[in-house]
Amino acid sequence: MMVYWILSESVPIMVVLSWLSVNVYLFIDTFCWYTKEEAYFYTRVILGSTLAWARASAVCLNFNCMLILLPVSRNFISLVRGTSMCCRGPWGRQLDKNLKFHKLVAYGIAVNAAIHIVAHWFNMERYHLGQAKDAGGLLAALSKLGNAPNESYLNPVRTWYTSTTTELLITVSGTTGLVISLALILIMTSSSEFIRQSSYELFWYTHHVFIVFFISLAIHGGGRIVRGQTPESLQLHNVTFCRDRYAEWQAAALCPVPQFSGKEPSAWKWALGPVVLYACERIIRFWRFQQKVVITKVVSHPSAVLELCMKKHDFKMAPGQYIFIQCPSISSLEWHPFTLTSAPQEDFFSVHIRAAGDWTEALLKAFGAEGQARQELCSMPRLAVDGPFGGSLMDVFHYHVSVCIATGIGVTPFASLLKSLWYECCESQSLPELSKVYFYWICRDAGAFEWFADLLLSLETRMSEQGKAHLLSYRIFLTGWDENQAIHIALHWDESLDVITGLKQKTFFGRPNWNDEFKQIAYDHPSSRIGVFFCGPKTMSKTLQKMCHLYSSADPRGVHFYYNKEHF
Amino acid sequence: MGQIEWAMWANEQALASGLILITGGIVATAGRFTQWYFGAYSIAAGVLICLLEYPRGKRKKGSTMERCGQKYLTTVVKLFGPLTRNYYVRAVLHFLLSVPAGFLLATILGTVCLVIASVIYLLAAIRGEQWTPIEPKPKERPQVGGTIKQPPTNPPPRPPVEARKKPSVDEEEAASAGGPQVNPIPVTDEVV
Repeated sequence: MMVYWILSESVPIMVVLSWLSVNVYLFIDTFCWYTKEEAYFYTRVILGSTLAWARASAVCLNFNCMLILLPVSRNFISLVRGTSMCCRGPWGRQLDKNLKFHKLVAYGIAVNAAIHIVAHWFNMERYHLGQAKDAGGLLAALSKLGNAPNESYLNPVRTWYTSTTTELLITVSGTTGLVISLALILIMTSSSEFIRQSSYELFWYTHHVFIVFFISLAIHGGGRIVRGQTPESLQLHNVTFCRDRYAEWQAAALCPVPQFSGKEPSAWKWALGPVVLYACERIIRFWRFQQKVVITKVVSHPSAVLELCMKKHDFKMAPGQYIFIQCPSISSLEWHPFTLTSAPQEDFFSVHIRAAGDWTEALLKAFGAEGQARQELCSMPRLAVDGPFGGSLMDVFHYHVSVCIATGIGVTPFASLLKSLWYECCESQSLPELSKVYFYWICRDAGAFEWFADLLLSLETRMSEQGKAHLLSYRIFLTGWDENQAIHIALHWDESLDVITGLKQKTFFGRPNWNDEFKQIAYDHPSSRIGVFFCGPKTMSKTLQKMCHLYSSADPRGVHFYYNKEHF
Repeated sequence: MGQIEWAMWANEQALASGLILITGGIVATAGRFTQWYFGAYSIAAGVLICLLEYPRGKRKKGSTMERCGQKYLTTVVKLFGPLTRNYYVRAVLHFLLSVPAGFLLATILGTVCLVIASVIYLLAAIRGEQWTPIEPKPKERPQVGGTIKQPPTNPPPRPPVEARKKPSVDEEEAASAGGPQVNPIPVTDEVV
């Protein structure tokens, strides 16, 4: 188990280190090549070391642009996860961190783009200076190449009487370079966490500028501005011997005029595979859009929460997964992700949607959740569903004891899990390893309890019917209340059912004391493997991780807490 | 896209443009490019823009994530009153600041980004948005005895809370203002 735990903690580090080392290798290898390669000797006379900087960062850019589309090819990831045996456990969980990897690669693109752009600013300036009247001997001779009929040019800037800006904008490479940079900047400014949270739609729509990005990237190298000596010319014109004899190039047969050609564009070769793969993803999404989704039940819960129960042909899910939903009558372009709240054993799948923005509010209105007259099911707006995607919470079943902690709306994946747990224990009569589930829900608003409280109530009654009441132990923590509520709670303190939820288990007030909780669990289950699953904010995640380390015993036979944070 | 606050994105875009202008300016000045003085200008303009845009404005709905340490700059930016509050002014300012940087290759990217930020600010201004500083919440000093409620005005036996709350405010005022004590629930003496 210790090996398992070391492996699961080190896989993300290994992935990042391998990505970083490939980048560093490509950069240094290309850099050294362009610094030493003879064919680029004359180019280096004009440009200096910035040629190598620009080319090395370009290769890294190619590599990262190839990678960036892979983590968001969700069907591809689901395929990899489903088919290969090696993708269980720690490797499978790594696939769940796809968005983190996407962001990492994006930062890689940003850094390399910055190096590339700065290097090319220098390059353009130096090309321009090569045409200056006071340019020194070899530099001037090289810059004049191309003026005579049989010569191929080296310096793309042909005259001093121009500006570097103009020279940039008249070339394909320059203009596409500007377009690519702009696209990248627009994508990055609209993808900050603040913008994603305050306006998901802006982030979603602006991100599609990546189409412009990739098209421009493919034609960016087409200008063939970076030029090196052709192999044939290298054979006839020995650089080491001829570089000082530039005055004699036109005349002497020893040193014929060197010929140059531009490098073929190669970005498209790197990016073609992933672009095709991603195009397939969007085609699959379109095909799924065409598939019929039958809405079987619509429930409007308090606190502006809408529950949609649907059926779709061949839909198979696992607890903890999510789907994308599109409602063409609201917006024909937007797909929004929602976690599934039904169990795999049920013959329908459901989501609970909270009104949190334009699209969700419009959806609630469309389904009559805002107090309008009840609508017939056949007059409901049509929905399209893509998915399910994401890692599953099935790992919960593989521990002796599992502790599930959720805050606020983060309870949704656990709703699916708890339902699944009920089916597993009450219908199949046996659970492989799991003997106890602790569930903690920390919530600010009592109103949000309603839909989940029903689930807990039915679980509570059915488990006690089956004699399995000991399997699930849950604690609900209410962290926000006003004085009236406090008075009401105090008055009904001694009753057997909780006044807020109606459950036998009383609601706690304030935040949980994790030290006490973990201490108690460790005491109750010595020498057990305990999995801790959390869905919620980062600060609490850090606290819980610390608790897991603190209360895991140093003895390999003692109690061990294994922390799993999932992004849902 | 109805409820999006464009100023939030304009702010991110302008801040990024400021940084790009500074970078381009440093490269041009350090490398002594032709017309490098435009680079020196870009550094100054970039710094001004970053200082102006660093403090994030308050969102109309919901909570706003403050940038680290922005409260010092918030006080400075707030001093300029309508000049910094109004997004039309910001749109025009950014547009004007971007123009000189457009003459140099190293800063042209910053120019284009800043023009885009200016356009988004114009859109925000047309929609009536404006910059509101994020004020720190005044610390509520715990007032000693402030939460202690008034003792009950009627002697025991007292009816429970629900019954006590039933009479309307007027009746309560009449009851407690003057005259003899009137019990809300008739109390009978059990003595036979």
